[in-house]
Amino acid sequence: MSTEPVTDLPQAPVTVNGVTRPLAAAGKALNALDWLRGIGLTGAKEGCAEGECGACAVLLARPGVDAETEWTAINACLIPAASLAGQEVMTSEGLGAPDALHPVQSELAVRGGSQCGYCTPGFVCSMAAEYYRPGRKEFDHHALSGNLCRCTGYRPILDAAEALGHPVEGDRFLARTTQAPPATSASRIDGWVRPASLGEALTLLAEPGAVATAGSTDLGVEANLGGARPELLVAIDQLAELRTFDVAEDAVELGAALSLTEIERRLAGRIPLLEAVFPQFASRLIRNGATIGGNLGTASPIGDLPPALLALDAEVVLISTAGERVVPLADYFTGYRATVRRPDELIGRVRIPVPLAPMTAFHKIAKRRFDDISSVAVAFAIEVVDGQVVRAAIGLGGVAATPIRAAATEAALVGRAWDAATVANAAVVLSGEGTPLDDHRASAAYRKAMLGQALLALEAAQ
Amino acid sequence: MTGFVPRPANAVVGEARPHEAASLHVTGRALYTDDVAARTPGLLHAHPVQAPHAHARITRLDPAPAYDVPGVVRVLTAADVPGVNDAGTKHDEPLFPDEVMFHGHAVAWVLADDLESARLGALAVEVDYEPLPSIIELTDAIARESFQGARPRLERGDVDAGFAASSHLFEGEIEFAGQEHFYLETHASLASIDDDGQVFVQCSTQHPTETQEIVAHVLGLASHQVTVQCLRMGGGFGGKEMQPHGFAAIAALGARLTGRPVRVRLTRQQDMTMSGKRHGFHATWKVGFDDGGRLQALEATLTSDGGWSLDLSEPVLSRALCHVDNAYWIPHIAVDGRIARTHKTSQTAFRGFGGPQGMLVIEDILGRCAPALGIAADELRRRNFYADDQPTPYGQPVRNAARLDRAWQQVLDTSDFAQRRADIERHNAQNPHSKRGLAITPVKFGISFNFTSFNQGGALVHVYKDGSVLINHGGTEMGQGLHTKMLQVAATALGLPIDRVRLAPTRTDKVPNTSATAASSGADLNGAAVKDACEQILARLAPVRERLGADVAWPDLVRQAYFDRIQLWAAGFYRTEGLSWDVSTMTGSPFKYFAYGVAAAEVEVDGFAGAYRVTRVDIVHDVGDSLSPLVDIGQIEGGFVQGVGWLTLEDLRWDSSDGPSRGRLATQSASTYKLPSLSEMPADLRVALLEHAAEDDAAVYGSKAVGEPPLMLAFAVREALREAVGAFGPDGITVELASPATPEAVYWAIQAAKGQG
Repeated sequence: MSTEPVTDLPQAPVTVNGVTRPLAAAGKALNALDWLRGIGLTGAKEGCAEGECGACAVLLARPGVDAETEWTAINACLIPAASLAGQEVMTSEGLGAPDALHPVQSELAVRGGSQCGYCTPGFVCSMAAEYYRPGRKEFDHHALSGNLCRCTGYRPILDAAEALGHPVEGDRFLARTTQAPPATSASRIDGWVRPASLGEALTLLAEPGAVATAGSTDLGVEANLGGARPELLVAIDQLAELRTFDVAEDAVELGAALSLTEIERRLAGRIPLLEAVFPQFASRLIRNGATIGGNLGTASPIGDLPPALLALDAEVVLISTAGERVVPLADYFTGYRATVRRPDELIGRVRIPVPLAPMTAFHKIAKRRFDDISSVAVAFAIEVVDGQVVRAAIGLGGVAATPIRAAATEAALVGRAWDAATVANAAVVLSGEGTPLDDHRASAAYRKAMLGQALLALEAAQ
Repeated sequence: MTGFVPRPANAVVGEARPHEAASLHVTGRALYTDDVAARTPGLLHAHPVQAPHAHARITRLDPAPAYDVPGVVRVLTAADVPGVNDAGTKHDEPLFPDEVMFHGHAVAWVLADDLESARLGALAVEVDYEPLPSIIELTDAIARESFQGARPRLERGDVDAGFAASSHLFEGEIEFAGQEHFYLETHASLASIDDDGQVFVQCSTQHPTETQEIVAHVLGLASHQVTVQCLRMGGGFGGKEMQPHGFAAIAALGARLTGRPVRVRLTRQQDMTMSGKRHGFHATWKVGFDDGGRLQALEATLTSDGGWSLDLSEPVLSRALCHVDNAYWIPHIAVDGRIARTHKTSQTAFRGFGGPQGMLVIEDILGRCAPALGIAADELRRRNFYADDQPTPYGQPVRNAARLDRAWQQVLDTSDFAQRRADIERHNAQNPHSKRGLAITPVKFGISFNFTSFNQGGALVHVYKDGSVLINHGGTEMGQGLHTKMLQVAATALGLPIDRVRLAPTRTDKVPNTSATAASSGADLNGAAVKDACEQILARLAPVRERLGADVAWPDLVRQAYFDRIQLWAAGFYRTEGLSWDVSTMTGSPFKYFAYGVAAAEVEVDGFAGAYRVTRVDIVHDVGDSLSPLVDIGQIEGGFVQGVGWLTLEDLRWDSSDGPSRGRLATQSASTYKLPSLSEMPADLRVALLEHAAEDDAAVYGSKAVGEPPLMLAFAVREALREAVGAFGPDGITVELASPATPEAVYWAIQAAKGQG
């Protein structure tokens, strides 16, 4: 791999609502939202600055899964302004004007979909992304899972979504999806750099203070709420080596820089346990940015993917200039937000061995069904042959400093008959796994109870 | 005033119209206060220095290090205040405190060329604190008798005699949570100084006049030197009735001291940690029923958690006491009210203004007692409804109480209540891990400010020579559709198509001395004032019209009137007549009328986790003869869902440990404080306006207020959850349910129900 220094990259401009602009002063703006508002596009709003409310949603023209280009809605408050370099952005202002409303805007307006109007531009962008989703049959409600409205109670917004037809020929935004996506070339703006290759990225990441960023859904929160100001952000989201998708006989390999939305659409139900996780993982807006590598890299003890990946016996492929190494996910986490990954390594791929266990389920306990953080999460992958449990892998989130396997529970299941007595006994064991916290999300007692209840619910559902 | 109720033919009021700014909302063109700031050159950005203690004395505050941060222009402290160092109307809210009263209390503000510099400057300000003992929990405040303000008592009859005459007596206690407003637009103010030294503040405020008064007294100015404008708000819900004043004063003080425009816009965390919320309450009660389940007597003590200062806690408590009866006739009643003082944000107005808290107490009582009385909860509720003109505990006859029976019956019929209850019993018998519940609850809500003087409204209507009309009024737009209704009222009153009328933003130099846009009264008060102004103009035009012929075109009429030197603009005014309120005895007729509504809700509860879904809701609500049906239905649905959030999901948690973060709001962001998302929307939501509901002597054109009452329809969901939880246990058990009834709370209630088996 090349290891030449990366200092003299150009500053790629950005196209916003069809107008190409230099990314002037992007380094001064805290994030893309601030930058957009600074050039007078104040339709997108800051409602929470942590990707929960969606008032900041805008559309990016991104490489598509089912079309050349897809309009992808993201939280502008979470991504660095500089990361817009080379991209195409569409905001509510660009979609339509008061005397020439876009169909999404028109439906929302006439049906009472806006009251105070503050969340509305964000809803417009999320709805427009779904409106243009290639191959869409019905309007997927999850498209709006990352947008909060405090006024309407959502019914008129949903009615507007349901009333939408499909884009008609001649629609310029539809036409754009048939063209090649914007080429995100190497560029450098102040403290942000998009390297041209994986080798460059690894070189840059060796610099002190350098941080890898892809969807920036975690980093953005740390910047906005925690005051984190990394010296150098290295954008790895478009590196081809990290965007592979490979289905082989013995494993499915997912590139670390694939967004969760991309993985969900490309897997298309191939891994039922992950299919169960995706709709419960944050929101569509977040899944459009968040990557599988980022979710493992941030190593949150309450992340939703790790319990599922643990139950799937996944492995992590770590890449450095010295080459690759494969680490079982169960050995990957070493402590609270700590892993075996060395500073000079990047997560390259996540490897999920097949065949999969036939009985899988994901139980997420949270206050809200859409877009909430787990109190606890339990992922099951169990195989029963002739009434006997032959394999049981159970991943847990929210019960310890790291995501863990429920080893004692697995032992209480394997080799026994899959029946009410075994399950009842194992449920008691499961309730004793880990040391759940007592906090504002849930009491420790409830978390413990939910572990055992998850197994009882699994059995009842069979 | 002529023709308060009747509508002309082809009236524009009554048309279902989208929000007047809908096309601006959806295209991102609608400007909010901070959008104006983004277009303002030379702007200074403000960042607070927030104290990390629940209660502490400030022993030293040194702003000097902040000035070493590049970009910092000025640090604001108490020494800078030229007028009164106070942000409230009770003189108990120092703008710059010397004693920290809650975790996150702003002790100084830093102004800088950009927000990042202001943030770093705030981190650099050195403050020494001497921590003091703090009270965080409401029950702790009660135990220590930490109270503030009035201790009202609402009393009628003889409760002891009532209890003696009762065949069933119950006692209980409940503590229930408050609620964060979570308007999507956080507090925002933008202040500038004009060439004459006058202060212009753009502010996201429901009460521009009071913002003006506070800014004036902080700066030591007269009111005529301060103008406040509110373009629109990104939601208010009561949270911007009194809370914006201090932030506006900071912006104005900064502008005054630097000569530059100053922007104060809170981050979500700052907003949640610094601004007041709905009051949580604690209640103890004793209730008596006769053999037929009729309420005989109620004795209760309601204690609200007021936080560190009074703010609006006294009137909120008054409204709570005035709604503890909800829709029910209680012959003997004695209810004491208290306001606890705790080291938390100063709790404030929130949609319903104490009404929901008062009602929760009686609905909780009925939900708990019904099984013990052996009467279905819906039957128990109905049996206790007011009859027409029976007096409330404070002595006001309940006019049109029969409307509630009508709405109740309509909901029972259209929701297929009896059949569905039978279906639910069948489902529950067959499913050990899934139980459904169905409940129906009423709302009776008094309309008018309890404090009589506030019940006045003003408007300014201009007719220009070309026939176009511009209206101003004293109310503010926060999404509730007030401006839409006012345009409809003006068009109706003048007999013009609505596109001839435009509405200009709310400003204190156009309509002075306004009341807060609050108490659901915005359309009632301002609509009547707009109508008054229009009618004055029409009266002046009448002789001209008579001369030119009845079918004269409006522009011709106006032009001729101008040449005839007829005044083509008018100030309108309205005051609600017939109100009375004696705060010392808690008696009178404080309300112009009552708004009624009924909701039936069905839920399905998962016994494994306590998680649940609202599967169907049927609502019939009384808005009189609707001014704007699309707007009104939006208010009903939105209010209902917000109420469901309060009762089921939204969970304010303060750190009450003795650790270093004691008093810190643990749920201070959108990731930890969850409001309803699309996933909480009822799968099937059916809303109808009560028919034949025009009410004489209610409000403009026979309409009724709609902002707050629908929030309380959400009790149907809470009571349906109680029914479903009960189904996990043996028949006839009493279910106590926490509020909010989060999945965890429901799970523990299920365990308790099962334990009664």
